[in-house]
Amino acid sequence: MSSATWPLWEVFVRAKRGLSHVHAGSLHAPDREMALRNARDLYTRRQEGVSIWVVASEDITASSPDERDSFFDPAADKVYRHPTFYDVPEDVEYL
Amino acid sequence: MYGNDFGQADAPGGRATTPHPLNAAETPDYTDALAAYFDGLIEEDQRVEPRDAMPEAYRKTLIRQMAQHAHSEIIGMQPEANWITRAPSLRRKAILMAKVQDEAGHGLYLYSAAETLGVDRSELLDKLHSGQQKYSSIFNYPTLTWADAGAIGWLVDGAAIMNQVPLCRCSYGPYARAMIRVCKEESFHQRQGFEILWTLSRGTEEQKAMAQDAADRWWWPALQMFGPPDTGEQASGGHTAQSMAWGIKRFSNDDLRQKFVDMTVPQAQKLGITLPDPDLAWNEERGHWDFGPIDWDEFWRVLKGDGPCNEQRIRTRVQAHEDGAWVREAAAAYAAKQAARQQSEAVA
Repeated sequence: MSSATWPLWEVFVRAKRGLSHVHAGSLHAPDREMALRNARDLYTRRQEGVSIWVVASEDITASSPDERDSFFDPAADKVYRHPTFYDVPEDVEYL
Repeated sequence: MYGNDFGQADAPGGRATTPHPLNAAETPDYTDALAAYFDGLIEEDQRVEPRDAMPEAYRKTLIRQMAQHAHSEIIGMQPEANWITRAPSLRRKAILMAKVQDEAGHGLYLYSAAETLGVDRSELLDKLHSGQQKYSSIFNYPTLTWADAGAIGWLVDGAAIMNQVPLCRCSYGPYARAMIRVCKEESFHQRQGFEILWTLSRGTEEQKAMAQDAADRWWWPALQMFGPPDTGEQASGGHTAQSMAWGIKRFSNDDLRQKFVDMTVPQAQKLGITLPDPDLAWNEERGHWDFGPIDWDEFWRVLKGDGPCNEQRIRTRVQAHEDGAWVREAAAAYAAKQAARQQSEAVA
């Protein structure tokens, strides 16, 4: 009954000019053209977007939550990357 | 079902014990570390995301609940679609078509959320078609008159919103995000239903009677949508406690049902509709509306298959799926052909 399962696509929608595309969800479609049309019908029925990207789910490489700590570890001890790290006199302007 | 979960309770998820671990991932230490990580997320009211470690019972509960919810959305297209060709005006027809399209969309959001847990949509559809998974029993009642289109929007979607709003804060990220989208769209559904009844209630005597008759038939099934009682003694029977501990469910069935009654009674008064419950009365002490006993025998009977439309709903659903098979196959064949052509052009 389910012999023809279509591949899965991830859908990214730009809500309006000036904003980046944001992940909206996924859908099944036979090819990229149909994926785009289905995405329009599924995720922008109320003018939620001015632009859509579809990406085959299997083409996405993601970091693993299991390695979350070690993967993001290099940034953890570099507080000096934030402006609040620095001691400066309070009466200096534009700093 | 429509945001609720009435399946059989799963066995409690215990720590996986393997007598002879084959690698580090099978040792009790590793299992404990994962369990602690998951418990920490729940405790901090953080969202659980698809590839996080989670107890098997949590995963199973979510898949079942999201599948039932998705099934309810797409089966729910049928009773209203029944009136599209006979909607009383072009305006009503366009609205009803948009609403039924929304229900299809809601089903797809939810199947998509369920798939993040590693099931395939076609698997879930097969289970719906073979009766292994349920959908909300409310859709096993017929839509006999145009006023039923109004009563469904007002009462059924009203009850669904009450169930679904707390699900926007569900601990499972993809489910919560799908529900935010669904809830935004549901409010039009409820308002258009109320408007249908509001129009009828200011019409001829016949039209008023039609609105009253629809409310008479949909009121009790709408109250049943919140599921069996799960507070007090009854709480041990279901899995509300576990779902609440996991942050899947935020309120008990009884709390939501009471909120729905309190919200709906004044709306019915505005419509000039008498809700079919002689026990309905304001309770000053509780600050809530009291209501009469719900017929749970009927609920279980209809859920288990003996409602007026169970057979018809599944038959129509399976028929639509089978009639659409050639389209799915043709589109897949076309996609394969295009891909092969592109590949040979790239080689040449």
